[in-house]
Amino acid sequence: MLFSNVSNRHLSQLSMLCFLGLWQGLAWLLHTPLLPTPLLVLQVVWQEILTGQLPHHLGITLRRLAISFAIAMSLGSIIGIALGRCEKLNAFFDSWLMTFLNLPLIVTIMLCFVWFGLNEAVAILAVVLNKIPNVIITFREAARVLNQDLLEMAACYQFGKRKTFQHVIWPQLHPFAMAATRSGLTLVWKIIMVVELLGCSEGMGFQLQSFFQLFDVASILAYTLAFVAVIQLVEIVLLKPLDSIGQRWRR
Amino acid sequence: MTDIHIDITQKTYAAKGTAKAHLAIENFKLSLESGQFVCLVGSSGCGKTTLLNSIAGLDTDFVGDIIVGQQHISPKIGYVFQNPRLLPWRTVRENIELALPKLTQEQAGFIDNLLYIMQLDKVQNVYPERLSLGMSRRVAIIRAFAINPDVLLMDEPFVSLDPPTARQVRSLLQQLWQQRPHTVLFVTHDLREAIALADKLIFLSPPPMQIISQIPVPLARHQREDETLIEDFRQQLLSNYPEITQLL
Repeated sequence: MLFSNVSNRHLSQLSMLCFLGLWQGLAWLLHTPLLPTPLLVLQVVWQEILTGQLPHHLGITLRRLAISFAIAMSLGSIIGIALGRCEKLNAFFDSWLMTFLNLPLIVTIMLCFVWFGLNEAVAILAVVLNKIPNVIITFREAARVLNQDLLEMAACYQFGKRKTFQHVIWPQLHPFAMAATRSGLTLVWKIIMVVELLGCSEGMGFQLQSFFQLFDVASILAYTLAFVAVIQLVEIVLLKPLDSIGQRWRR
Repeated sequence: MTDIHIDITQKTYAAKGTAKAHLAIENFKLSLESGQFVCLVGSSGCGKTTLLNSIAGLDTDFVGDIIVGQQHISPKIGYVFQNPRLLPWRTVRENIELALPKLTQEQAGFIDNLLYIMQLDKVQNVYPERLSLGMSRRVAIIRAFAINPDVLLMDEPFVSLDPPTARQVRSLLQQLWQQRPHTVLFVTHDLREAIALADKLIFLSPPPMQIISQIPVPLARHQREDETLIEDFRQQLLSNYPEITQLL
């Protein structure tokens, strides 16, 4: 097979190089300020780091991301599990959930700012409200398909609540939690951008808006690149190891 | 003492999807003395597993009463399910130890010993997905033995064990039961196995499940190793109670 004797790691490095090559080639070919070369973007990143602008705004956005992500995940997982395990509760709240899930992002954000004012807590609330229905849906499905045989075994051997959760329920939720985390981080980031663009005077979204008004594509790409790098780092340092711990029992 | 009194007036499975409602058990009365070893024999699908689940307290959706032991004290119930029901994300050893409320030095030694007798000591740190079905079954049996149960429920536990292993596990079960008598309910299709183990045989009808006959086994414990005695008793049973032949 093609690439059969190339390791996965080298393959992903090769694909990265291909992407950069393609970008560079296009930039040369079109030769316009609207598509700067990768090198130029890297230079902008470096300058922005030196001036302290990029770390400042990235830091603010990452803090908002961490707080709203943590709230959305913990609340969402609890509500999701409750809905998945209790049919009556689910029947009652299902239509609420569907409404929230289909509410346009912009509408939630605008209403939050209009009703509660422009401040940090409201910005986070807007992000959480947008993200939480997805988390609920994921955990509800996970809780629905919990293995009944194993739950009965735990009940028969008097595991108790804590032991049952830790050893029987959580390992079954783990893959769903990982999926919710991965999709969650990227989704929350996208929501935060809109929130910051609409109602904040700091953060990546605010900065991007200024660059947009100047058609400063190089800076827009530079900020995007910085964020993508952070998420990659989280993936490599945190999520991949968690994955392999959670999967070690599989054949 | 862990006597068991069962009085199920009716147990019905409600209609679901295309399946019609199903009357599983009707007017079922049975009392077992503490420390008795009882084998339940009946055709498959007759409701034996439903009965064990009700005794274990996993299925409470029936009309009637089941009293296990004294009131206010919940007895320790070891249940060997029809399939092993091991936690795939915990090792063999962890699966066994999790069944204990607290692991003492003495219990750890007991588990070591059981693992050794069942020839599982070499795989105790392996995850269950790597085990054969026969090995997984033995782990599930050890889990039930390890808690020193007051009541032991066994749902065709020796199916898919090869004959020498089954014989070994059977004698281990006898040995443990004699050391520390506890009430055992053992479901099987194999009449020879039932005679070799039980104080009392209970033959059950197809659904709605009722008791056809209760027959004590008059063999002393030391006679149970003798296959000709068991075979003689089996022949005698089949000729005295022709109605049980169709259950086997």
